[in-house]
Amino acid sequence: MAKRIIRNLGDDGIDRRGFLECMAWAGSGLLWTISGGIAYSQMAHRATGVAQGSLSFVQISDSHMGFNKEANKDVAATLQEAVAKINALPDPPLFVIHTGDISHLSKPSEFDTVDQILKSAKISQIFYVPGEHDGLGDNGKLYLERYGKGTNGLGWYSFDQKGVHFVGLVNVFDLKPGGLGLLGDEQLRWLEKDLAPYSNSTPIVLFAHIPLWSVYPQWGWGTDDSAQALSYVKRFGSVTVLNGHIHQILQKVEGSVYFHTAASTAFPQPAPGTAPNPGPMTVPPDRLKESAGNNKSELRPGKTSIGRRGLIACIWGHNQ
Amino acid sequence: MDSSLASGATTNKEPNDPEVKISNFTFDPASLEIPPGAKVTWTNHDDQPHTVTSTQKAFDSPALDTDDHFSFTFAKPGEYPYYCKIHPRMTGKVVVK
Repeated sequence: MAKRIIRNLGDDGIDRRGFLECMAWAGSGLLWTISGGIAYSQMAHRATGVAQGSLSFVQISDSHMGFNKEANKDVAATLQEAVAKINALPDPPLFVIHTGDISHLSKPSEFDTVDQILKSAKISQIFYVPGEHDGLGDNGKLYLERYGKGTNGLGWYSFDQKGVHFVGLVNVFDLKPGGLGLLGDEQLRWLEKDLAPYSNSTPIVLFAHIPLWSVYPQWGWGTDDSAQALSYVKRFGSVTVLNGHIHQILQKVEGSVYFHTAASTAFPQPAPGTAPNPGPMTVPPDRLKESAGNNKSELRPGKTSIGRRGLIACIWGHNQ
Repeated sequence: MDSSLASGATTNKEPNDPEVKISNFTFDPASLEIPPGAKVTWTNHDDQPHTVTSTQKAFDSPALDTDDHFSFTFAKPGEYPYYCKIHPRMTGKVVVK
C-alpha cells in the first residue's frame, strides 16, 4: 500500500494522518466533474460552474432512512437538504450516484421515503449500490427488486458516460464471520472481463459502499478482496474509487488511483480509532447541518484544496 | 422483537436466563458456557442494528434495533460460534455442556 500523505505540504490543511477534515457533517452531496481524464469534486453547495464538455455528477451516501436516534432524529430532512443543494447547482449534474445504506433497516417504507425525496432532485438518473443496511434479513432481495434491474449477480453493473467507464460494485453481502466487506469471486471474474475491452487511457470510476481500501479494519472499514479488484485497474491512467459506509470524507492517493469516501446525509461517524466504536456520532444540531466556512479555495487540477477550517473542495487529477 | 426464524427461538425471557449484551459493537460475554436446554437472550444496547447469526446455521436473528432482543434455546451440547451479519468482525460463541 502506498503511504498516506503525512505532511501538510502547501498548507492545504491535510492533517498528519493524511485525512481531510470534514466540512459538513451531514446533508451534503459531492459534485464530481471529469474533464480530460481528470476527476475532481467540489462540495455540492460550494460548486462554481462546470467546464463545457465535461461530465459532472453528484455522489450522495448513507441516507439511512429510518434512523431516528440522537445523532439525527430527522434523516429525511437532511436528505432533502442534500437534494436542495443538488438542485441549486449552477450546472445540473448528469446523474447522481448513491453509494449505499439507502435505508437503515431495509424496510420497504424506508426505501419509499428515499425514492420520494430523490424524485424532487432535478436529475435524470440515479445509480445505486447497496449498503449492508439495504439487505437485512433477505440478503438483498428487496434491494435488487427495487434498484437492481439490469444488473449482474447481487447488483453489480457498469456503464459509460462521456468516455468515462463507471463500475458499481457490491461488497456488502455474504460477509464472513470475522471478515470485512467482500466482493466475492463471481463479481471479481465479472469485473476483470468488464474492464478488458477498455484502453488504458479510459478514465475509470469504481464505486461501492464499503471502502475498497483499508481505512480501518478494526472497525470493519475495508474489503477483504479489494486488492484483487484493484489489480485489474492498475493499467489505467486515471482511476477514481468512490465509497461510503464510514460517514466521513477521507481520501488517499495510491499511484493513479484516487480513493475517496463520502459523508453521510444522515449522521457522522467518528474518525478511525477515535472512539470506542464506529457508531453514530452525536454532534451539536448546528454542526450537523453546518455548511462551509467563508474560506474560498482555488480549484486546481492535481491538487487537493481545502480551507483551514475544513474541506472546501477536492480535486483529483493524476500528475502528467 | 419477535422472532421465529429458527427453531428454538422465543421471546419470553425468564429472569435467570443467561444473557448476552450487545454493546459497543461487541458481544458480552464473547464466550458463554451454559447447560443443555438453557435459553440465551441477546439484547442490543447499541444505536446501530446487529444480528445474532450462527456460523453453522443453527440460529439467525433478524436485525435487532436498539433494545430489541433475541432468544434461542440450546438443546444439544456443542460449540455454537456466531457473528453479526452487518458487522461481521463482531463474533461470539455459546458453549453448551
